[in-house]
Amino acid sequence: MTAPLRIGFIPLVDAAALIVAVDKGFAAAEGLEVELVREVSWSNVRDKLNIGLFDAAHLLAPVAIASSLGLGHVKVPIAAPFNLGINGNAITVAPALHAALMEEIDGDRFDPLATAKALAKVVAKRHKAGADPLTFGMTFPFSTHNYQLRFWMAAAGVDPDEDVRLVVLPPPYMVDSIKNGHVDGFCVGAPWNSIAVDLGIGHILHFGSDILAHAAEKVLAVRKVWADKQPDVVASLVRAAVKAAEFIEQAANLAETAQILAQPERIGVDAEMIQRSLTGRLKISPEGAVRESGRYLLVGREGAGRPDPVQAAWLYAQMVRWGQTALSGEALKTAMAVFRPDLYDAALGREGGGQAATTFGAFAGPAFDPRDVGGYLASFEVGRRAL
Amino acid sequence: MSAEQSPKIVIVDESPVRAAILEEGLREAGFTQVVHIREMQSLLARIYAVDPDIIVIDLENPSRDVLEAMFQVSRAVKRPIAMFVDQSDSASIQASVEAGVSAYIVDGLKKERIKPILDLCVSRFNAFAKLQEELERTKSQLEDRKIIEKAKGILMKVKGLSEDEAYVLLRSTAMREKKKIGEIAQSIITASEMLK
Repeated sequence: MTAPLRIGFIPLVDAAALIVAVDKGFAAAEGLEVELVREVSWSNVRDKLNIGLFDAAHLLAPVAIASSLGLGHVKVPIAAPFNLGINGNAITVAPALHAALMEEIDGDRFDPLATAKALAKVVAKRHKAGADPLTFGMTFPFSTHNYQLRFWMAAAGVDPDEDVRLVVLPPPYMVDSIKNGHVDGFCVGAPWNSIAVDLGIGHILHFGSDILAHAAEKVLAVRKVWADKQPDVVASLVRAAVKAAEFIEQAANLAETAQILAQPERIGVDAEMIQRSLTGRLKISPEGAVRESGRYLLVGREGAGRPDPVQAAWLYAQMVRWGQTALSGEALKTAMAVFRPDLYDAALGREGGGQAATTFGAFAGPAFDPRDVGGYLASFEVGRRAL
Repeated sequence: MSAEQSPKIVIVDESPVRAAILEEGLREAGFTQVVHIREMQSLLARIYAVDPDIIVIDLENPSRDVLEAMFQVSRAVKRPIAMFVDQSDSASIQASVEAGVSAYIVDGLKKERIKPILDLCVSRFNAFAKLQEELERTKSQLEDRKIIEKAKGILMKVKGLSEDEAYVLLRSTAMREKKKIGEIAQSIITASEMLK
């Protein structure tokens, strides 16, 4: 038995593999004693990991990269040996904005390009009428939520920094903010979209997987020096997470998983609501319309757990596109090195390199190639490259 | 220290008691420009209005993430903001995070000026935590006393003991079972309720 590990997490469904690894005993079976610490903000999780108060953490994938690059904060190299979730977000809009979009829409309302074009029209109309710009909430400057919202809007020429307002909101404040009109929409992970729909104050406009079919969302993050010093502990942690992910993905374990996650000291919401996110069968309108996607949230399925450096490169490209950092080959390399399939493979005793890089399945733009990030970014009309 | 030289400090804290303790300490130390923001609604607008040099925020406040976004924007308008004292001073950072306080500091403020502010905040946060701990302990002691009284009453009635005898029985049982007297008292109450 090694020293007890302290691991921070934010109460979201994509912390599932971590929570189940601990509460279902997979971590203990690997000889790990783990204390899970529930946190209130990504800044807290990042800081406590960076200074060593946490040994590991449930972290936004872009935060792990930003931390390694020293963007916006103290520079601490992070290693991500396991991917806790692929996808899992949704874009939710207030009923008034939903109605306005549906009035303008030309085409399939589940097609992000059609809704983005409708958004461009609504934005233009409001501008003409002298109305305030639309405001959208997202969870953190370095977050997939931020990048997915921007990717979606910009595809139809809406400049997220000029034509609308993007504001950061802690996930538990999203629902209140849409209710009191502080925001017209938001992009957040489960279960917050479903909570807004159930309260009758939001329509789920898109699943995150409509924007990108395969996007790294949260990682299991550790300090790189910590990982280098104790590869055995990292391997045990990865194995526990892999076993938990396998458990979660079995339909027969769905109810039990939801019960575990629903505990007040874990996510603390209704088990039924958690089940919806896990199965990708979500109520999308207050009237009760339901949409289903097998790609809504992947925990372990389709190789989701194995970190893919190309995903890290894509996230880095978004940071460059939106002016959070300048493009540099060195930084790109650093970003890609955060995602550690080698540690994942070592933990499972597998030879590396067997698995092909995942495709993103983005609804717009050219295919992403990490060897030509500059060329990729040059193909977008809207962007704020810091050069 | 003249008013012109005193840096503007914003305290973001939902606990009025802790904020008051902080504010008092900062004023005593000669920092005259201290503003407390309690309301999280339109936090950013308020902070922009004050235009502080230093922001001190309670770590348990989810709005920390909101602040981080502000710094991203600030950077774009060429007003860089650094966090904590500086990157190399990890001992200060650790002490501050452990105490539950986080400080955001506008770049350009001299390190010598920041350190005493941060140290003061850390010690005040720790003092507040201790105060709260004591309060909790007093509360639970009071709660324990109530439970023990009730258990004694049950023992007196059921076993026909005097008050002193009931207490002695509770205490000796607790010692024998290596438990707290409050726990034994609670189990007596629970048992008697089940047997009702």
